[in-house]
Amino acid sequence: MDFAKGISRRSILQAGAIAAVGASGFVPTRFAIGNTAKVKIGFLLPYSGTYAALGEAITNGFKLAIEERGAKLGGRDIQYVAVDSEANPAKGPENTNKLVTGENVDFLVGPVHSGVALGMVKIVRETGTITIIPNAGAGAATGPLCAPNIFRTSFTNWQAAYPMGKVAMERGLKNVVTMSWKYAAGEEALAGFEANFTKNGGKVVKQILVPFPSDEFQANLTEIASLKPDGVFVFFAGAGALKFVKDYAAAGLKSIPLMGPGFLTDGVLKAQGEAAEGILTTLHYADALDIPENKTFRAAYAKAFAKEADVYAVQGYDAAQLMVQGMTAVKGDATARDALIGAMEKAVIKSPRGTFTLSKAHNPIQDFYLRQVRNGQEVVLGVAEKALADPATGCKMG
Amino acid sequence: MDSWFFLIQVLNGIQYGLLLFLVASGLTLIFGIMGIINLAHGAFYMLGAYLAYWLAGMTGSLIAAVLLSLPIAALVGYVIEALLVRTLYRRDHLDQVLLTYGLILIFNEAQRILWGNDVHGVAMPTALAWSVKLTETLSYPAYRLLLSAVCAVLAVAMYLVIAKTRFGMWVRAGASNRDMVAALGINVKLLFGVVFAVGAALAGLAGAISTPISSVAPGMGDSVLILCFVVVVIGGVGSVKGAFFGAILIGLADTFGKVFVPDFASFTVYGIMAAVLLWKPKGLFA
Repeated sequence: MDFAKGISRRSILQAGAIAAVGASGFVPTRFAIGNTAKVKIGFLLPYSGTYAALGEAITNGFKLAIEERGAKLGGRDIQYVAVDSEANPAKGPENTNKLVTGENVDFLVGPVHSGVALGMVKIVRETGTITIIPNAGAGAATGPLCAPNIFRTSFTNWQAAYPMGKVAMERGLKNVVTMSWKYAAGEEALAGFEANFTKNGGKVVKQILVPFPSDEFQANLTEIASLKPDGVFVFFAGAGALKFVKDYAAAGLKSIPLMGPGFLTDGVLKAQGEAAEGILTTLHYADALDIPENKTFRAAYAKAFAKEADVYAVQGYDAAQLMVQGMTAVKGDATARDALIGAMEKAVIKSPRGTFTLSKAHNPIQDFYLRQVRNGQEVVLGVAEKALADPATGCKMG
Repeated sequence: MDSWFFLIQVLNGIQYGLLLFLVASGLTLIFGIMGIINLAHGAFYMLGAYLAYWLAGMTGSLIAAVLLSLPIAALVGYVIEALLVRTLYRRDHLDQVLLTYGLILIFNEAQRILWGNDVHGVAMPTALAWSVKLTETLSYPAYRLLLSAVCAVLAVAMYLVIAKTRFGMWVRAGASNRDMVAALGINVKLLFGVVFAVGAALAGLAGAISTPISSVAPGMGDSVLILCFVVVVIGGVGSVKGAFFGAILIGLADTFGKVFVPDFASFTVYGIMAAVLLWKPKGLFA
């Protein structure tokens, strides 16, 4: 009895010890739970309508960067969920919720349109979803609405337009008419240009804003012709940019130099043809950029998608690079938010556009190139502004 | 603001209005005469533009491309009428809206599959790539003037066909009393099929001939569609004459809105529509 009792007591103790060891060994850590599941990445991008080509390029660029890095994020497999944003600001919040609450994604990538961005940003500020904006240049997203979990790998509208203010003055264009669609992106871009332009002594003769996305410009071209400025600075993109440049040339205004952020010619240069000759643009990228990263990237992109890469593809590519750097630092544990965000903040991105880092407001500090269309080709004339940071007015972070 | 500047703006407005008329005329035929709310009208405009872009690339000639895209657009229109729209004449407008909205989605998706998402442009035929010098700094592209002329000729032709020919008489009769026309031995099914095809062809033509001065892009039909409905409603549903004056009015309102009240430019067109409907609830020429 004693013996049996002793055995029994000992075995109970042993069993207890084993159980304790076993339990401590088998209680999965937070990391391990996370590691078994796929990382869910939500794309909120336009796959139909005017900006469909941009959504496609960003998605392609993103996936290319991931594929090149072993198709994993911090060792975990990836699941993509895509929602067509339709570049429709009215549906921005609803579509964001579909991904953030409905699909419960770990990361959100989007959008293209600034209006959609504003709706999206307000939601992810609440949910804390780590978000990378691969295009939309709305200043507010890294300004008054900035947040630890919101990053951008593209530009601000202000940034893309600011460098031209100095260039215009250097070229002796003292009186300039500015024109854009009447929406946030256009107004921010014109303000960026004007800030630098007037600082250097230039004068904006008139600012013309037309309803978005109207592309009937004839009335305003007549107006520009009657004002006879030294130069014209415009912010247009996509189909509107194509049409504006053609109409501008057809109206006989080519004797007045045309300038703008690079979206004026990017992606539509071939279709613009002769009409685009001589147009001066500034952008954080140029297809013809002569650096090794760009050449490798363009070759890989062309091989993967049988298509030429563009600035949007670069921005998607860099969004993935940023995410990879963050997730590698935390070994795939997306729940280690602080460490993840910290690693992303410190990321140094070797981009096809040249190496860049992020500002305290999480927007790229990057070079802006001066480009000109010559013989149907976008030629890089040099760097218009080196390591330009958005002023991030109103951002209370960092 | 001199009078020369003002006159050029009037020219801009009329030219834009004529282009709008060309798109809207097809809609007023289908909407007014057949009683079908055709939301897919803008899709036919897009179809015409993409066909012209594609065929111009294949044939190397814009004129050939426009001429070839016309029968294709008409055929597509006829087939859609025969297979789908025909079943809805006696149904509620809401059913028609659902069907034609579905068609928009299908057309947009088909465009994506066939031609991709990129924005395209069509080069101006070299013979027409000259312009008329209006002021020291401004010239007017000859192609735009030619376009206006084509639209004006088509407007007159449509008016004559509908008002003066036997075919036009059938169309008008079929619109007001289908059963009676059928009883008189006229093939109403065929007649309506043809009208729908003509409406589609007009939209396609507008899309095709405006390619050199516009951009060929996904979703291009959607913005046109709204303006078309504004024009048709202002002019009076079913009236080709109404569509003509409605389009010119909208063209002028849009142009002068942009120049004189830029802050309200997006509003002028709809402001005019509201004013006209308050004054004449059925439109100008209903």
